[in-house]
Amino acid sequence: MKSAVIVFPGLNRDRDMIAALTKISGTAPQVVWHQDADLPDVDLVVIPGGFSYGDYLRCGAIAARSPIMDKLRERAAQGVKVLGVCNGFQILVEAGLLPGALMRNTSLKFVCREVKLEVVNADTAFTRGYQPGQVFRCPVAHHDGNYFADAETIARLEGDGRVAFRYAEGTNPNGSINDIAGIFNEQKNVLGMMPHPENLIESAHGGSDGRALFSALLERAA
Amino acid sequence: MTLPNDIVITPELVADHGLKPDEYQKILDLIGRTPTYTELGIFSAMWNEHCSYKSSKKWLKTLPTTGPRVIQGPGENAGVVDIGDGQAVVFKMESHNHPSFIEPYQGAATGVGGILRDVFTMGARPVAAMNALRFGSPDHEKTRHLVSGVVAGVGGYGNAFGVPTVGGEVEFDERYNGNILVNAFAAGLADTDKIFYSKAEGVGLPVVYLGAKTGRDGVGGATMASAEFGDDIEEKRPTVQVGDPFTEKRLLEACLELMQTGAVIAIQDMGAAGLTCSAVEMGAKGDLGIELDLDKVPVRETHMTPYEMMLSESQERMLMVLHPEKEAAARAVFEKWELDFATVGKTTDDLRFRVLWQGDEVANLPIKELGDEAPEYDRPWIEPPKPAPLAANDIPRMDVADALLKLMGSHQIASRRWVYEQYDTLIQGNSLQRPGGDAGVIRVEGHDTKALAFTSDVNPRYCEADPYEGGKQAVAEAWRNLTATGAEPLAATDNLNFGNPERPEIMGQLVGAVKGIGEACRVLEFPIVSGNVSLYNETNGRGILPTPTIGGVGLLPDWNRMARIGFAAENQVILLVGSPAARGTHLGQSIYLRDLFGRRDGTAPHVDLAHEKRTGDFVRQLIRSGVATACHDLSDGGLAVGLAEMAVASGIGATIVDLTDQDTILQYFGEDQGRYLVTVNLDPQGEEIAALWNEAEKLGIHAPWIGTTGGSDLVLGDARPLPVRDLAAAHEGWFPQYMNG
Repeated sequence: MKSAVIVFPGLNRDRDMIAALTKISGTAPQVVWHQDADLPDVDLVVIPGGFSYGDYLRCGAIAARSPIMDKLRERAAQGVKVLGVCNGFQILVEAGLLPGALMRNTSLKFVCREVKLEVVNADTAFTRGYQPGQVFRCPVAHHDGNYFADAETIARLEGDGRVAFRYAEGTNPNGSINDIAGIFNEQKNVLGMMPHPENLIESAHGGSDGRALFSALLERAA
Repeated sequence: MTLPNDIVITPELVADHGLKPDEYQKILDLIGRTPTYTELGIFSAMWNEHCSYKSSKKWLKTLPTTGPRVIQGPGENAGVVDIGDGQAVVFKMESHNHPSFIEPYQGAATGVGGILRDVFTMGARPVAAMNALRFGSPDHEKTRHLVSGVVAGVGGYGNAFGVPTVGGEVEFDERYNGNILVNAFAAGLADTDKIFYSKAEGVGLPVVYLGAKTGRDGVGGATMASAEFGDDIEEKRPTVQVGDPFTEKRLLEACLELMQTGAVIAIQDMGAAGLTCSAVEMGAKGDLGIELDLDKVPVRETHMTPYEMMLSESQERMLMVLHPEKEAAARAVFEKWELDFATVGKTTDDLRFRVLWQGDEVANLPIKELGDEAPEYDRPWIEPPKPAPLAANDIPRMDVADALLKLMGSHQIASRRWVYEQYDTLIQGNSLQRPGGDAGVIRVEGHDTKALAFTSDVNPRYCEADPYEGGKQAVAEAWRNLTATGAEPLAATDNLNFGNPERPEIMGQLVGAVKGIGEACRVLEFPIVSGNVSLYNETNGRGILPTPTIGGVGLLPDWNRMARIGFAAENQVILLVGSPAARGTHLGQSIYLRDLFGRRDGTAPHVDLAHEKRTGDFVRQLIRSGVATACHDLSDGGLAVGLAEMAVASGIGATIVDLTDQDTILQYFGEDQGRYLVTVNLDPQGEEIAALWNEAEKLGIHAPWIGTTGGSDLVLGDARPLPVRDLAAAHEGWFPQYMNG
């Protein structure tokens, strides 16, 4: 399994993501600086969380227009798996790799807490480590995670099994429509999610519910 | 020597710079001529209270600052303490009180930014942050707005920068109505052989400016922070800086990358009084002169005067002295991170601080004297009168269960979840204990078992009643909170917040508190390695409660042997370790009196430091040997609140047996010091617990078995059983209800 992590200035969960990928796969991911000319030949590309360019414009909007994103679009079209977490999800949405938008939390506040996630579609490379309908713990830490899309898009996402995770048991922290926490692209090789599975992978984190997502990806590619 | 100067230096101008007539005379004597306007600004920046510690220096010198693990004590950007394996923890706490009252979001945000910069300037990657926040009465019209703005500002900066906030304090008292306190703490990790200092070395070397551009924001901020507030406070808004965490994050990465190249000789961040303080400090420490050419300084506004450039407090800026042969490599690092990099001057051998601008010399001052000759005052002080002790029979009555339920839902005791959920508490993936316990704990990255504990403490009520006991208590409380996780307390940072030191009774508070802090630090072997003083926290002549905040850092050799506050399981024995024979005796200055009866009388509780040390060492041993299954120290609200917090944290109840010959109010709500609740999974009739008691007795420590965990209620003797879920609802309810109200 080979993976890469793209780093934009202002991202700050890159170290968390690199640590998680390294601990679970036994191999450190390649780190791609946003100005690098190309992506390495890998099976999985991750855009981690943070505040790319300070999120001073719409979250993810500036990073989404970076030249490296054209390369990512090409790879995604070729079937390379792409995971965007938190700011990474926002960047994928701004880049058009995923539909919809992530608006400010309805509380208008940053929120960092643990939530429950329901696995809506367990039949993908990302989610096959979980049972369908399984509910697991996962932390969130964001200011703009309120997922929204028009009715037609939501119907398509729901109908085509493109909702990956839903906030469960009344733990929706941001007001997102249909409690959506993560979605796939049409081919289901691109996943964007607001919660941080990389922060719940070992006993020091108080649990390892997030681990199955990464181990599933790493096994398949191996 | 004459320097061009268009602005006439009048007595009014001198006064506007916060300089007293005798201080101005000292300047005239020192340089033998009238200063230029720029020079006057430089003096006001260097000689104000905030930068020169002129009122407190005499007393700060009495604090213990050394120890076997101390690598760097006060005087640098932050303190440095050895944690073994070639690693060090670098930390400091600093106030941003005045700006946060004027503009809460930016004031708090730049407070966080400033303290993070202090830490990474020394070569350490920040790994933990805390914030000690004090606001006015919840009923005061500005409080909600200030809480909301400060918390958002702390989060806005720290979250984007990417450091977990692992602890802190939030407290309300009407005495902070006109002056809130924002004390920001940060800690970082560095290798002991890669610590960077501000002392410049070598003549003719480039002085390099890095980071963000210089604007007009914050001009005169340090001078503003050295004055009392009047009714014109709104006019001071332009003296507050604006924070940019995105630039700070890039500055962090660029600085750490640059330090790896070996190019850095000296480094100093631009904090209070920006370019002036940083340049003078680097030169004076290294016995070197500094020459600055302001035409080379990156600016973001046109027509900036040298005065404005020298006094700007624009954020996210650094000054360095670099090895000239590595300048190009250094420039490349900063260009990668899209930050400004400009050689703005050089070190010289003439011990002068010279500032050039558009071909003129606008300042030429003796660099050593700028710092060393700053006025130092032995201000008159009087010992504040101590309140009378409570009469023995003066115990206002309330039903124990009612009182506890009320306190759990009071502004003092209620959960701070509303606050800390706005902070990223788990970024970096090392948070072992997040806010809500006795101390925040993070594991040390790259080490299998090591962890660091952090806490911030002070009880301003006690400090007001008795500054000496209050100072002792603040240190003991921090030491206790670290101990309660199983950590060995290593060292502390102090953030001394007081009113106007020119009033002898306020100066007396400062003197008493520093004496108490020093005494406790000596006995507990807990040196002060960094700190900050914030005076003039006063509005229209009314001072804040004396608030010497102590930030403590502790080391856990193995985080698998760490205690938390929640009860671990049912049917476990609850011990009150360090208890007096009567469990609780002291009601003076308690939360029970203040928040249930509106009374602020009685003496502050006494801290017996020798007993404190023995008790803490005993408790730590119980945790490290795996005997203790949970631990929580007692503070505000006494035994009842301590038990309720352990129950709420776990969802497990407990049953406590009253001590029959002692008043229940004193037992449950007395705030006697040096006590811990410890649960153990031992047979109360067995040999192991007998050995424990035997050991405690030898040390002169009481550790009575007061009850047992279990069930869904907290039962305090004969009082009405309280369902843990009711206690939890009260505890979680106050903050959101208040903020939504």
